Amino acid sequence: MEIPYAVEPRLDTGLYNAKLGIWLFLASEVMLFGALFSTYILLRVGAPEGLWPHGWLNVPVGTANTIVLITSSITTVMAWAACKMNELNKFKFYHACTILLAMTFVGIKSYEYHDKFVHYEITLKDGKFADGHMVENKLKREGTNYTGYVVISGHEVADKKELYDLHSRKAPPHHELKIDGAQILKMDNYGPWHNTYTAIYFTLTGLHALHVIGGAIVITYLWFTAGRMWKTGREQFTNRIEVSGLFWHFVDLVWIFLFPVLYLL
Amino acid sequence: MSDQQHSADHPDHFSHHVRRYLYVFYALLFGTIVTVLASYIPFGHRALNIGIALFIACCKAFLVAGYFMHLVSERKMIYGILAFTAFFFVGLMFLTLWSFGDFPPLTIKH
Repeated sequence: MEIPYAVEPRLDTGLYNAKLGIWLFLASEVMLFGALFSTYILLRVGAPEGLWPHGWLNVPVGTANTIVLITSSITTVMAWAACKMNELNKFKFYHACTILLAMTFVGIKSYEYHDKFVHYEITLKDGKFADGHMVENKLKREGTNYTGYVVISGHEVADKKELYDLHSRKAPPHHELKIDGAQILKMDNYGPWHNTYTAIYFTLTGLHALHVIGGAIVITYLWFTAGRMWKTGREQFTNRIEVSGLFWHFVDLVWIFLFPVLYLL
Repeated sequence: MSDQQHSADHPDHFSHHVRRYLYVFYALLFGTIVTVLASYIPFGHRALNIGIALFIACCKAFLVAGYFMHLVSERKMIYGILAFTAFFFVGLMFLTLWSFGDFPPLTIKH
């Protein structure tokens, strides 16, 4: 049985079914990300003075990822335009670019995540704080005590607030610090459990990255099936490209807000 | 592309669209650079920096939604769906902010 309105628009909506479907889906996505943005506002406004982190993320890397995603948006829309202009080869080229850019985005994001997982904040028993990237970890935990030692590339501060604003102040010089386990009161990395900022950062960017991966899988599937569908149902295929493109632009749209909110402000 | 424009689905018509997409792309790149540079300028109050960054983000979002997603020339049905979404989205944002003026008595504030 043939599915109706896969190509021609319905008279009542003026849209083919997939297009109406994707817009309804995107509306639900707006509410999903909206709930998380709302959570972000709540956490940020409710944070005690001077204890909301600034400058914890690498701005040049984030900017590069923003440019990657914007470029993937233009290649997506160009792929759709190529379909409309009956140019299959151009379509395949632009869509391949989108897939590569999506993989680049996920690769850069993975690098950023890794950087946070090897970055540690160590609370010392003398009341000071050591902060930096792990170089050597020879620590053993026995109950609440640590034995052995740890080497980090970072710096030591007397007040924890000094670790929070790295945006407006110049980053302190980093050097290798060897810390004995007996000096350590508490140690954890900058994973989602570190504080409310890293929790909302990983939640927002993690959900966004899942959308990028999901979109890339669909785009890759359409790239591989393009030759066959081009022969059997060119218009329906073009509509599929439009629908997947709408999703991809939405993913770009979310990042346009995530980037300044998490990286710059 | 809205369906009402299908009559204009001629290759020449699309080359005109392609030029427009490229202009939007350049504008998005420019907006990204301006956002980053503006974040390093101390405007006196952090709220001003936040406002400027979000204003640029809104302009970029308009370009993506308006031209790449073709919302500048869409069907009424889609505008209707988005109007409902916008209403609930704004409500969601303000609910959290309103809650800050509604602390129960004896709440310890930082």
